[in-house]
Amino acid sequence: MSKELIRLQNVCMAFDDELVLDHLNLYFNDKEFLTLLGPSGCGKTTTLRIIGGFATPTSGDVLFDGVRINDVPPYQRQINTVFQKYALFPRLDVFENVAFGLRMQKRPDPNNPKKMVKIPEKEIEQRVMEMLEVVSLKGFERRKPEALSGGQQQRVAIARALVNRPKVLLLDEPLAALDLKLRKDMQIELKRIQQQVGITFIYVTHDQEEALTMSDTVVVMDQGTIQQIGTPEDIYNEPKNAFVADFIGESNIIDGIMVKDKVVKMYGKEFPCLDGGFAENEPVDVVIRPEDIDIVPVEQGQLIGTVTSVTFKGMQYDIIVDFRGFKWLIQTTDHCPEGSRIGIKIDPDGFHIMKKSQYSGMFGDYSSFSEEYDELDDASLTLDEEESGDAE
Amino acid sequence: MRNKLSRFAIPYVVWMALFVVAPIIMVVIYAFTSANGGFTLANFARMGTYGVVFVRSFKLALIATAICLLIGYPVSYMLSKEGDRFQRIAMVLIMLPMWMNFLLRTYSWMSILENNGLLNQFFQKIGVIAAYNSIFGTNIKYFHMIGTPGAVVLGMVYNYLPFMILPIYSVIIKLDHSLLEAARDLGANTFNVFRRVILPLSLPGVLSGITMVFVPAVSTFAISQMLGGGTQMLLGDLIEQQYMGGAYNPHLGAAISLVMMIIVVVCMWVMNRFGEGEEQAVML
Amino acid sequence: MRKNNSLFNRFFMVLTFVFLYAPIALLIIFSFNAGSSNTVWKGFSLEWYGKLFSNRIIMQSVYTTLLVSVLATVIATVAGTFAAIGFFAMRRKIRDPLMTVNNIPMMNADIVTGVSLCLFFVAFFGLFQKVTGTRLTLGFGTLLIAHIGFNIPYVILSVGPKLRQMDKNLIDAAMDLGCIWMQAFWKVILPEIKPGIVSGALTAFTMSIDDFVISYFTAGSSASTLAMTIYGMTKKRVSPQINAISTLLFVTVLVLLAIVNIREARQERLAAKKHI
Repeated sequence: MSKELIRLQNVCMAFDDELVLDHLNLYFNDKEFLTLLGPSGCGKTTTLRIIGGFATPTSGDVLFDGVRINDVPPYQRQINTVFQKYALFPRLDVFENVAFGLRMQKRPDPNNPKKMVKIPEKEIEQRVMEMLEVVSLKGFERRKPEALSGGQQQRVAIARALVNRPKVLLLDEPLAALDLKLRKDMQIELKRIQQQVGITFIYVTHDQEEALTMSDTVVVMDQGTIQQIGTPEDIYNEPKNAFVADFIGESNIIDGIMVKDKVVKMYGKEFPCLDGGFAENEPVDVVIRPEDIDIVPVEQGQLIGTVTSVTFKGMQYDIIVDFRGFKWLIQTTDHCPEGSRIGIKIDPDGFHIMKKSQYSGMFGDYSSFSEEYDELDDASLTLDEEESGDAE
Repeated sequence: MRNKLSRFAIPYVVWMALFVVAPIIMVVIYAFTSANGGFTLANFARMGTYGVVFVRSFKLALIATAICLLIGYPVSYMLSKEGDRFQRIAMVLIMLPMWMNFLLRTYSWMSILENNGLLNQFFQKIGVIAAYNSIFGTNIKYFHMIGTPGAVVLGMVYNYLPFMILPIYSVIIKLDHSLLEAARDLGANTFNVFRRVILPLSLPGVLSGITMVFVPAVSTFAISQMLGGGTQMLLGDLIEQQYMGGAYNPHLGAAISLVMMIIVVVCMWVMNRFGEGEEQAVML
Repeated sequence: MRKNNSLFNRFFMVLTFVFLYAPIALLIIFSFNAGSSNTVWKGFSLEWYGKLFSNRIIMQSVYTTLLVSVLATVIATVAGTFAAIGFFAMRRKIRDPLMTVNNIPMMNADIVTGVSLCLFFVAFFGLFQKVTGTRLTLGFGTLLIAHIGFNIPYVILSVGPKLRQMDKNLIDAAMDLGCIWMQAFWKVILPEIKPGIVSGALTAFTMSIDDFVISYFTAGSSASTLAMTIYGMTKKRVSPQINAISTLLFVTVLVLLAIVNIREARQERLAAKKHI
């Protein structure tokens, strides 16, 4: 894999007396697409602002290519940012917005290295137009930001940052203000741009789907600490604790006991699984993804429960099934009427066993099913909270 | 970045300490000392003898504020229903009189209200005075208007009405129209929309307007001198006399000023309790 | 909801404007009066306008008024803009008490502000004389300080909301793209808050021109604004020359405002067209 570019060492951040980041240790590789994922107030935006130079950590070090850059102001870092709601300069047109950074730059004169000169107008124009082409905005140079759609503004913001040829691009919830359809298109577009320019993207979002779609590496955060780092597949298939399991996708999380390697006990019954490495009879959290559960006739079921609600989702039905008071979410293509009794069967690879953590018992019960969905989709609400938290 | 920007305010903070806070401390010191410099409460005790002035000031200022509200609120409300162009021009027209010095405008009222002033000339011409005489069996040549409490109230209303209209108007204009539509949707008629939605939501503007009219009205001295003909002494006149007039006594003047400051503080406190103080921000 | 004021409502509005403008109209009419009365019309004449320019007291006070208003407006606009930005960048806990102090001159009765400044200046001058032996008096300097003082809050009041409306990330974005913070201020903040600054300056100038009470207590006997000169005259009789100068000032402002408004309206129409 490629080399390390940025490293955060024991970074702590406190606003007034509130600890927002708690001894964060994290490194970012060159040319990777890394996503900081977490609910509002988890410290992801603060982490981004520290890397960008808009906030100075209370303690700990920020290293860029091995050099400590804690006190290097934003304008001297080879890092640019795409801001929440874009922060385009409203009085400048698209061209001038993109050219802004280039016009601010000074570099040694090629004929007289001691003299600092501005970038010549010709080069600025060439680079701006080049970048507008990358983000497919040619022909929009003279438009004012207010005359652009949300998606186009988004592209201007990306071009404005990339035209400076940074080594790292920071993106702070850049898609949050777009509607669902556009968001999906822009996800693909962003990934394409990243591959085209070949630099590191550090992306902040609270949308797990966005994170899984685009990233090489996902960092799940909560309460100022890192919960898990891994590829999207790792995070989804091998969540480290109940928080991650619940935040990424849908999960039923049940109390269990690891009888011995490859055997887990729940509801008083033993089930074969593939996990091991726990102490004998260690209490654990058992994660079962809703799509890994097969519905079978009652007599063949490993467990038997009652269907309490059915929601049609197009590709499948989401059904809530009550197993002795604990409600599970099951996704199935079979229609099971409400109130019917069904059996379920789970293959050994459908179980994922996690050590007990501070999050045990907080997630994975679908008694309040509908609200759980709402929470994940309500982007605007969480955005505002986070913003006001950082402003002070 | 933000911390660096906050340094921009440092010069002004020093300025406020010098020219806002220090002068107020001076007022407090003067209010509690006598001419020879010792501590005393006598200045406040002496105010008792001017009880009449206090009562008159409050009475006239309250009447003027009430009239301003009665005219200002409907005008603001009606304005908000007009077209944008009309509104913009109207707002300029409401501010514009301030460009003619208020003393001069008040002086103009003197020539209107005088015994042989324009209004009495007008009444004479159209026979109002003759009619009055024949009905009440009197024999007056003119209506006595100048030098009455009514004239002073008129002057106050005239001068401070814009201060009532501006804050109310700027609150009403910002009301969320979907709120009004929601109220209609829920079955409220025009009167109920006004009473249950517009009125409560415009309260901050009303309170702001009341303060902005009441405070200058209760403290004026020029209006009362010009339109009250010296017979309608107000708190402002009282203070002025302690500094510029014959009754030179800065300590008493400071004590009365202090009382007036307390009135303002109470007004502000009431306002802050009811609405975001920010609503004043909409003055222009 | 909008539109449709009844005829009665319109009449009420017109009546209010008549009430506001009748005295002004009278003043203007009688500035052209051949006689010196403000109540008896003796025929048209420009006599008072002619005499006005040779009246040293009036011309001097007009000059003082304009000078103090312009100086106070310029200084207060610059200082108030910087102060507003500073307040905006502060934490709430520090900003709120400072804003309360800032609001005092606006909320306080003019006479109290005037008296407090007067007492302060006199006390300061006493101290100054004891220390340096030099005697200072109330005059143009103190008048200017007083005007700056009551103008700054109005500037802050109109710049503050513009700052709060601004996208807070704009400053960060400018820094991100290579601006040091002074450049960020010039290139990004200033253009965004310009409308607030302009309206703040306009309010400040209006307040300065219209002020009488605070000037009265802080100008002493050596400087006199137009308002103070008028006040001096009202005790006896006001010369129609005052009507004349006021008419000139008023008409100037009227023309200026009309130009500004027409220009604004035209620009808005142009902008609207562009959008379509």
